[in-house]
Amino acid sequence: MNDIKIDKYLDIRGEVCPYTLVKSKLAVENIEVGQILEIILDYPEAASSIPKAMLNYGHSVLKVEKVNPKEWIIHVRKEVED
Amino acid sequence: MEFTEEQLKRYSRHIILPEVGGKGQQKISNAKVLIVGAGGLGCPVGYYLAAAGVGTLALVDNDAVELSNLQRQIAHSVKTLGVNKADSAKQTFEALNPDVNVVAIKERINSKNILDLIKDYDVIVDGTDNFPTRYLINDACVMLRKPLVSGAILRFEGQITTILPGEGPCYRCLFEEPPPAGLVPSCQEAGVLGVLPGVIGALQATEVLKLILGKGKPLKGELLIYDALGVNFRKVRIPKNNDCSMCGKDPKIKELSDIPEQYCSI
Repeated sequence: MNDIKIDKYLDIRGEVCPYTLVKSKLAVENIEVGQILEIILDYPEAASSIPKAMLNYGHSVLKVEKVNPKEWIIHVRKEVED
Repeated sequence: MEFTEEQLKRYSRHIILPEVGGKGQQKISNAKVLIVGAGGLGCPVGYYLAAAGVGTLALVDNDAVELSNLQRQIAHSVKTLGVNKADSAKQTFEALNPDVNVVAIKERINSKNILDLIKDYDVIVDGTDNFPTRYLINDACVMLRKPLVSGAILRFEGQITTILPGEGPCYRCLFEEPPPAGLVPSCQEAGVLGVLPGVIGALQATEVLKLILGKGKPLKGELLIYDALGVNFRKVRIPKNNDCSMCGKDPKIKELSDIPEQYCSI
């Protein structure tokens, strides 16, 4: 099931809000519509706030997965130009 | 442009706005804005545009800071009494945001220098306190097709409009000629509530940022009037005058004219 193609990776472990979102937003701005960004993070609040914000920006959230007790992976597909 | 970690922090509340984002913040960083007058209006306009990270901010003022200015001209202080206002505001804005290139132009704007002063800027802000200069700035902006965000204040009332030459009316579409000297009192004669230029200046800065970002609806073809005592904002439509002596089909005004001295006593 993990044959999804990731176009860009963003490691924001160690970052806290709102910089988790600031860096995620900038990363999405720098990919093309249809491309997928993988974000890895360890700030618990961001695991729920980033998907919410991305949906508000008009993008799709394909996956939010807690990969270990302290880290999450989020897949965002860019749907609209910024 | 790659943002530094400091810039990411400084502009984080902009970057997360869908209408701004990193791209919009870059537009702000690349923008060049010229403010005529570093007084009641110029101070708050410049303050917010410096905070927003406008790349180049020019201030044109030939006056020195006086104690009577400090009731409303928030970029100046007792430490800069006697200092040229453009220089005084430059110190304040540079302390707020070292990203901004603040240019202090210590000249009185006139028909000879205005075109040269404004030609390299993207947006012009009128923060002057007299009609002849207001008309001179209008005429020069129409000639060079520069967007102009114009503001005015007196007592408890302020007004603002955005002039987009070629797209909407200009100041002369509203009133063809300045009123005769002495008809409209100056702030010096009539007074002004100190916070009023803050309200109008913040509205002007908002218009400038919208123009830079290309977002929202500019306040063109309308005059927004704020009445502080009655707490009313009202908009008056300004129709474009096809026979306007400045921006009409067959403009009579071909060159800029100078400001009568009696207006320049403030």
